[in-house]
Amino acid sequence: MNASEIKSTITGVANPVNTELPLWKQPDATPFVRIENITKKFDDFTAVDNVSLNIYKKELFCLLGGSGSGKSTLLRMLAGFENPTSGRIIIDGVDMEGIQPWNRPINMMFQSYALFPHLSVADNIAFGLKRQGASKHDVKTRVAEMLDMVQLGHLGKRKPHQLSGGQRQRVALARSLVKRPKLLLLDEPLGALDKKLREETQFEIMNLQEDLGVTFVVVTHDQEEAMTLATRIGVMNQGLIVQTDEPHDVYEYPSSRFVAEFIGSVNLFEGFVTEDNVDSVRIESKEAGCPLFVAHGISCAPQQRVHVALRPEKINMTRIKPAQDDNCLKGEIIEIAYMGSLSVYRVRLQSGKEIRVTQPNFARDMGERFTWNEHVFLSWDVDSSVVLTS
Amino acid sequence: MKRRSLFLNSTAAFGFIFLYAPIISLIIYSFNESKLVTVWGGWSVKWYGELFQNDQIMDAAFLSLKIAFISATLAVVLGTMAGFALSRMGRFRGKLLFSGWVSAPLVMPEVITGLSLLLLFVALENAFGWPAGRGEMTVIIAHTTFCLAYVAVIVQSRLVVLDDTLEEAAMDLGAKPSTLFFLVTLPLISPAIIAGWLLSFTLSLDDLVIASFVSGPGDSTLPMVIFSKVRLGVTPEVNALATLMIAIVAVGVIFAMLYMRKQNKMLAAAQEG
Amino acid sequence: MSSLSGNVWLSGFSTWKARFISLRNISWGRLSVISVPYLWLAVFFFIPFLVVFKISLSESAIAVPPYTDLLDFDMEEAYLNIKLNLGNYLYLWEDSFYFDAYISSIKIAAVSTFFTLLVGFPIAYLIARSDDKYRGILLALVILPFWTSFLLRVYAWVGLLKKQGLVNEVLMSMGIINEPLTMLQTDFAVYIGIVYTYLPFMILPLYSALEKMDISLLEAAEDLGARPIQSFFMVTVPLAMPGIIAGCMLVFIPAVGEYVIPALLGGSDTLMIGRVLWDEFSLNRDWPMASAVATVMLVFLVLPIMLIRNKSGKEEGM
Repeated sequence: MNASEIKSTITGVANPVNTELPLWKQPDATPFVRIENITKKFDDFTAVDNVSLNIYKKELFCLLGGSGSGKSTLLRMLAGFENPTSGRIIIDGVDMEGIQPWNRPINMMFQSYALFPHLSVADNIAFGLKRQGASKHDVKTRVAEMLDMVQLGHLGKRKPHQLSGGQRQRVALARSLVKRPKLLLLDEPLGALDKKLREETQFEIMNLQEDLGVTFVVVTHDQEEAMTLATRIGVMNQGLIVQTDEPHDVYEYPSSRFVAEFIGSVNLFEGFVTEDNVDSVRIESKEAGCPLFVAHGISCAPQQRVHVALRPEKINMTRIKPAQDDNCLKGEIIEIAYMGSLSVYRVRLQSGKEIRVTQPNFARDMGERFTWNEHVFLSWDVDSSVVLTS
Repeated sequence: MKRRSLFLNSTAAFGFIFLYAPIISLIIYSFNESKLVTVWGGWSVKWYGELFQNDQIMDAAFLSLKIAFISATLAVVLGTMAGFALSRMGRFRGKLLFSGWVSAPLVMPEVITGLSLLLLFVALENAFGWPAGRGEMTVIIAHTTFCLAYVAVIVQSRLVVLDDTLEEAAMDLGAKPSTLFFLVTLPLISPAIIAGWLLSFTLSLDDLVIASFVSGPGDSTLPMVIFSKVRLGVTPEVNALATLMIAIVAVGVIFAMLYMRKQNKMLAAAQEG
Repeated sequence: MSSLSGNVWLSGFSTWKARFISLRNISWGRLSVISVPYLWLAVFFFIPFLVVFKISLSESAIAVPPYTDLLDFDMEEAYLNIKLNLGNYLYLWEDSFYFDAYISSIKIAAVSTFFTLLVGFPIAYLIARSDDKYRGILLALVILPFWTSFLLRVYAWVGLLKKQGLVNEVLMSMGIINEPLTMLQTDFAVYIGIVYTYLPFMILPLYSALEKMDISLLEAAEDLGARPIQSFFMVTVPLAMPGIIAGCMLVFIPAVGEYVIPALLGGSDTLMIGRVLWDEFSLNRDWPMASAVATVMLVFLVLPIMLIRNKSGKEEGM
């Protein structure tokens, strides 16, 4: 059975060629999951604070946040294991209030996989089908299909403890997909796998999701995982969604210092606006020691304190002073970490601030390498940095 | 969701009432003035006075305490050795048989243990003239034997959980096997040993069946005296005695639990850190 | 020929030498830690069973001790006479009284084990699912009665169950019954007594099995469409099975041989094998018969259970 056949068995739709804008960019598209002003309080602790979010059909939406950010609570409310203190969840037009987990058209892949240790792999996958009263024949063929799909056809009779971590993950995935849920929730789906396996599985999950057309909501604390998997990322902090955007935008245009620092590494310069144009700003920063020019407009009060965020890989490091006055810093290399594909440098500016710079190692032998205590110039393009007002 | 936990809570509450109602009724009736146990005659402590003047009960109580003390101590020594042999001594000839013998007394019906020991003592006396007659000593041997098994199981399970890197660290720092045992292992398993001693003490103090088989005519232990009294029905003095025993045990167990909790916390902290 | 035997002798010598050396390497501490409890159990636990078996083959006699000797050495004729008497076993087989007592013991023990499970499960479940801060206290509450005297706990029920006892009083004052029920000296009282005294033995293994269970397994079952009652029987019960088996063993085995509970709470018609053995021994002073009863009990009840336990323990170990 190939991928497109599986897709038609699971979704029942033919292959639509979608060249239009993604749904979340179409203003009149109907969201598949509508989370409206959801709040969840445990005693006096607010885990999820008035969150509203739309998720569209066939999306692979990632909720990204640290521990205690409320991402798992939000997921558990979607699954029905927690009841919201206030607010509504509407899935495919149906208000989920009062609908018990066993009646929701949703399945979940648990962080621990939660495979039943007393049942074989095949019985684990068959569990959900048997609960909905599928015929013996149906159960058998569907289980076989799912086992083939996750490439575990030969292991149906094994018990979970006889499988490797990666195999267990596939069984959990198969078990959560076998009922053809409208929405699949994945709680840290790759958390228990080692690094290499994680990368492979990431792509498998993406392919599977694309083939099946099921809407996925993934919870993760791993920014790399979110970046690779997601169509959109919702970054959560202290019960709030602080930014919802496509991975590229979350990385390149973080909306706040929290997002900029949480995703990837970043250098932040504190300063205040000296020149506020429609499409550019100039910022005076003591920390940087030179004027910072950013090629996008912001809305802020005059003389407001702002931060300029600059990713380490956007910086150009040279021994000779480049021909620009803005965005050009002088400093001294105080630490070097060679990491193979790239090198990370710590450069101390004259102000005493330390900057992180990464430079790709283009060639095997790059002439004279930068070395400790060397004085260097750091420069970057005007559209490489972002101004953050919050 | 709510209704399910209500069902659970009410059944569990019923269970706890079931566990404690008999004990509480025993305690309340021990303060009953009336000789007729069923009729409430007002509060009184007179049965406690009568209890302390009853020589038969007092003698039996002292005998039982003595036997319990000696056999618990012997059982702790032998049981700790057995627990060690099973968990820290590697393989030795007859280990399977030995572990069978250690766990068997836990499931053996008391009537069988009692009868078999009695017959052994009789046969030994016939063959070697020892033990001459039955009494305190034979009861101590019998109690030590079945308490040993409990101690061994407790000590063994503690040793299994215990991180052996602690012992390896001590050896690495130059401790010889004997030093290792007394300075490292023994303090670490002390909660198990204390639990084993307390359990042995109560089991011995509590035993009726085995003692009835192996004790001699003059040496009635406390449970034997109580049994002969309560066979005839409820007696207020026994209620008073029961209340005293329950109070002593409750205080002892609570102290032991607090101590062991402290020890466990200490150990957990050491092993986490 | 001679060289061959020389070789044999030499190789024999070297193994002896090796043994001697290995003997020298044995730590005396290790040897005594193993052998002292080993010998104690051999003498006071194992050999007694052989004695019981031996005496079960002798005949009852009016003597001290009250049985005949198996080995009878006739001095005059220098003639060793071994008298094996299977009569006790034959009698056990023929007299339906003993058979009935075995069956009745097993029935009473099985019924009470079932009810102990029924009462113990919700308590164990509640404790396993309760907050960490209450868990220790609840466990202590379960264990505490176990530390108080078994005999006195059974005795407490005498006061509760008799005609003018507390249970009857309460039921009558609530208007549920008009006349006091006869509860004491019935099988019912024996069931109550066994369930009551052995409840902690059921709760503790159940608790440890339930506590280990990952709660997300129940959520997974619900997520896959199982109602709470279904997930209880399809997930919780199978996963608690080791605890259920262990708890049932811990209740069933001692309950079969129980003496005190039927003696205090049961009626004269409550047949239990422990009581039969006791009466055979103390009332009838028929030590060989008591020994035969004990031997049969050992072979048909205790040994199979120990073998099952050993086997299941090994499987679990895997």
